Amino acid sequence: MIEMPVEVSANSGAGAERAKERVRKGQAPIVPARGVAGNALVLVIAIMTFLSCLTLGAVTMVRDTAAAWQTQIAREATIQIKPDEGLDMEAALAESASIAGGFPGVTGTRIIDRNATARLLEPWLGAGLNMDELPVPRLVILTVDRASPPDFAALRSALTEKVPGLILDDHRTWVDRLVSMSRTTVTIGLTVLALILLATVLTVVFATRGAMAGNGHIIEVLHFVGAEARFIAKEFRRNFLVTGMKGAVAGGFAAVLVFLGFSLWSSRNLATPQADQAMALFGNFSIGVLGYAGVVFIVALIGAITAATSHATVVAHLHGLEVRQPDG
Amino acid sequence: MIRFENVGLRYGMGPEILRDISFQIPPSSFQFLSGPSGAGKTTLLRLLFMSLKPTRGLIQMFGKDRSRITPRDLPLLRRRIGIVFQDFRLLDHMTTYENVALPLRVRGREESSYRSDVSELLKWVGLGERMHVLPPVLSGGEKQRAAIARALIEQPEILLADEPTGNVDPPLARRLLRLFIELNRLGTAVVIATHDLGLMEQVDARRMILSNGRLDIYD
Repeated sequence: MIEMPVEVSANSGAGAERAKERVRKGQAPIVPARGVAGNALVLVIAIMTFLSCLTLGAVTMVRDTAAAWQTQIAREATIQIKPDEGLDMEAALAESASIAGGFPGVTGTRIIDRNATARLLEPWLGAGLNMDELPVPRLVILTVDRASPPDFAALRSALTEKVPGLILDDHRTWVDRLVSMSRTTVTIGLTVLALILLATVLTVVFATRGAMAGNGHIIEVLHFVGAEARFIAKEFRRNFLVTGMKGAVAGGFAAVLVFLGFSLWSSRNLATPQADQAMALFGNFSIGVLGYAGVVFIVALIGAITAATSHATVVAHLHGLEVRQPDG
Repeated sequence: MIRFENVGLRYGMGPEILRDISFQIPPSSFQFLSGPSGAGKTTLLRLLFMSLKPTRGLIQMFGKDRSRITPRDLPLLRRRIGIVFQDFRLLDHMTTYENVALPLRVRGREESSYRSDVSELLKWVGLGERMHVLPPVLSGGEKQRAAIARALIEQPEILLADEPTGNVDPPLARRLLRLFIELNRLGTAVVIATHDLGLMEQVDARRMILSNGRLDIYD
């Protein structure tokens, strides 16, 4: 190489030795991690991921619970016979049970006997009720094959032909309402999720741009030493992907902990009134495999968004450097 | 190697900062670019480094018309130019060694392939003992030498230096000048922007004097 009239002395000293050690181990990253990461960015990403995962978990839970309700209700139908003058209730019950039992799609019938009916009414009318004194309707519960349910219209006409005044309730109204309610709830939940994700994207975009602003000098130096745009973008993208993933994993992990905590709480308080109430509303607080997969998806999505944002910001910054004009 | 013909440059609708600038920089040439403060020396260097486009006139860089050079081609052309900024532009989180090695690193070269070259160059510019320290603890002169070493590491065809002796004492300024002369002897064209008359008097080289936006050349 070129000769230079400059004296060279031995390099000594603990600091220099440490730095030499660093050279041996590997060079400093071109984009310093601490400059980019900024704990604030990690925290913002963690919070947004946490909220997104909670919303997704809630949507999953509502959908699963509604589906479970729907399945339970659709599994049964009820025949209701109101007492009437001249009607032999027991005979009518037996006949309607036998007609229904012979119908394809009905897998079983169960007559609610007098004692069971009295027990059903006990909370309202008290114990020791004399059924003959009141016109209490009687019920036959039909178990329905969900795979091939009976033709309820035909069953209804066959039954009313033999027993006038009989009502066959296939719970269709309830099921329809429930389906519509669960669909509405899931749609609202998904809309909220979409809004939170959008807010996450925008927050990440602004936070990433903010963190990038402090690294403009690095982009410029790389640019001046002849680095290609894709090299510079790659250096920043890699760094921001790590930052994004740190925040996203922390947020996702916190959300999973919350789900597991609720699940544990509901299983520990299984028989208590509070848990019963909560179970009635939210099912068993389990978000299921799909919910956990959703958390993983959101974590990956937010990491990818952070990386893509930094990439786009670097490319835009470089473009600004290249096309900067004196009259611009 | 580089040719300017009737180049003019203005910011926005303001007056022309540079007017009808015409010159050539042949390979292996040595020239000073001088003029009073605010005469447009740095702007002319930026035109030479292709970080600005002229508002009129023709610039040819390494045989290519500047107006036809795409952003994709720019990094490859810039690798043929070494530049030393007045404010050094060293990265504070990297050691002197890492700063100087940066141009090689961005080209994807393995560290083992350039370690000895970088160490040798650092010793050559008198930073052998400061190789593994961070720029904030370097003096102005040391930063300047590190910036020069970074510009030289790839042995560019042309070196542009903006006030390279502005932050150093006269003995070191003379040493840096010897460094530039040595480099030029090895085939690199050198353009030094300076208003240090004492420095220019030490070398019998072409002088490009900017004043009122116009360029006068004294061979």
